Amino acid sequence: MTSVIELEQLSVTFGKRRILKSLDGALNGRSIGLLGPNGAGKTTLIHTLLGFHPPSSGTARIFGQDITHNAKQVRAAIGYMPERDSFIGKMSAVHFVRLMAELSGIPASHALERAHEALFYVGLGEARYRPVDSYSLGMKQLAKLAQAIVHGPKLIILDEPTNGLDPPTRSRMINMIRQIRDSGRARILLSSHLLRDVEECCDEILVLKDGYLVANCNLEEERKANRKFIELETRGGDRTAFAEAIGGLGCEYALSGERRMKLIMNETVEISDLYRLALAHEVQIRRLNFKRDSLEDIFLKAMETNGRATNGSL
Amino acid sequence: MAVYEHLYRAYDGEEVTHWSRFLVIPRYAIRDVFKSKLFTTLFILCFIYPLIAAILVYLRHNANAVSLLQINISELLPIDNTFFSTFVGLQGSFAFILTVIVAPPLISRDLANNALPLYLCRPLSRVEYVLGKMAVIGFLLSCITWIPGLLIFLLQASLAGVGWLWSNLWMAWSIFFGSMVWILLLSLIALAISALVKWRVVASGAMLGLFFVPSAFAEIVNSLFLTKSAHLISLWATINNIWLGLFRLFERQTGSVRGTVSNPIYERQFFDIALLEPPLWASWLVVVLICGVCVLLLARRVRAYEVVT
Repeated sequence: MTSVIELEQLSVTFGKRRILKSLDGALNGRSIGLLGPNGAGKTTLIHTLLGFHPPSSGTARIFGQDITHNAKQVRAAIGYMPERDSFIGKMSAVHFVRLMAELSGIPASHALERAHEALFYVGLGEARYRPVDSYSLGMKQLAKLAQAIVHGPKLIILDEPTNGLDPPTRSRMINMIRQIRDSGRARILLSSHLLRDVEECCDEILVLKDGYLVANCNLEEERKANRKFIELETRGGDRTAFAEAIGGLGCEYALSGERRMKLIMNETVEISDLYRLALAHEVQIRRLNFKRDSLEDIFLKAMETNGRATNGSL
Repeated sequence: MAVYEHLYRAYDGEEVTHWSRFLVIPRYAIRDVFKSKLFTTLFILCFIYPLIAAILVYLRHNANAVSLLQINISELLPIDNTFFSTFVGLQGSFAFILTVIVAPPLISRDLANNALPLYLCRPLSRVEYVLGKMAVIGFLLSCITWIPGLLIFLLQASLAGVGWLWSNLWMAWSIFFGSMVWILLLSLIALAISALVKWRVVASGAMLGLFFVPSAFAEIVNSLFLTKSAHLISLWATINNIWLGLFRLFERQTGSVRGTVSNPIYERQFFDIALLEPPLWASWLVVVLICGVCVLLLARRVRAYEVVT
């Protein structure tokens, strides 16, 4: 299967500064989160994928098309929502989105209908005849999203889509991104410094630090893997015998304090087995938590990595 | 899909060809330009002289109409290269006025609103973007320069006969090429200024300044140093020389002035100084250089994002 984005020793240099340093990896997620601290190279990577900056070495492919040699085909498959305010002055939203649709190749006869659709979809249906420069910040973000999706691209690149949005509008934006992701009709590349946004929308993440790719992991798999780590809080009974019985099932365990116990579950062991053993040893299980790494843990681990430590899963 | 079904939908319909997408830019811009009553009025006024020229051509070949109007036919202008050169020069002046009105916001507005990433993230190259913007000026100026010029030429040819057409066919090329050179020069200069300056008024001012300040300066230098060489820095004089060249009317010596030398031994001596226009190749070189500089400026400024190194 063709990857959504393939990076092949991709480097970008501005003058003497190397911004992106030999990025390698293949991204296949339905929604890919691009994370990193300020100055890590997230926006430069997006701009390079869009052909705004030429790679100084290496290349990247989007849906198998080389970004340098097939720039037009690549851009035809992409919808881009920039981070900063971007619109065409003195133009109503419907004209603005229609112009963008036509520039993407949609015939004039269909472009108007698509523009109305996109604006209704993002929730600007009632305000679509107002000039975009008169919009509030939240409305401008929605108009930017409308122009990014009007031509039905296969990949939608969103650069900080929730910047400056109030909580209800942010929630609406996140819901729309998830809807698009779940529709399966477009892949999403979401760049954000807000971990919560990425956690809510993405199933794969790419973490950049100082121009290096320091982590590329599938959040879904990470979440599944984390289901193996369990914390138990128990009361009464013979706790040691209970722990040894669990160990007898092939699970690793560690007792901490008088009531707590940490387990790494064997693949063949189910939660019901734990309850069965607890009953046998007259131990009450008062609390059972899947101890999973949050995105924050993953991100912080990646940030501890020095330079180009890992190109691949954490 | 109806608008009430608020779902994301991919587009799987037909698409227009890649090469023609840049034409969307002039289509929208021209629609926008004609919303201005001032511009529409000026645009209509630009057709007055072509109308007069067409009437003159008609009268020249219609003895009945001339006698009816009681005009002496010899008083009418001869329809020759001077007639068409004057036409191109006059319509060229109107073209300049239209450019000053239309061109300044073309790129500056996109730069001010950070719209370039939106254009360039689509299957549209920087060259196509600039071509699209040039097409706005090109279309409007063509409507008032070479298109009516060639129509008048055809009217004259149809009235004067095939013999006149064949012997003067080169003039059709001069009308077209002379106008196109002016359109190219105006549009490149105007777009380069528009790409440098974000404010429309400043861009218009810069455009006027670029055309009039060096011309005034050139006239001062010419007067002081008894020469015509300074015409090279005047865009008006340069394009005028090119037009004269294309219509086979160019003469290097356009006059002479009488100079004096005071000598303590002899009496004051008078002598004539020939006033020589710069050679035609020099005028062409100036135009090419200006176009080159404008292209470089556009290449530098028309980018999705400016890279600070």
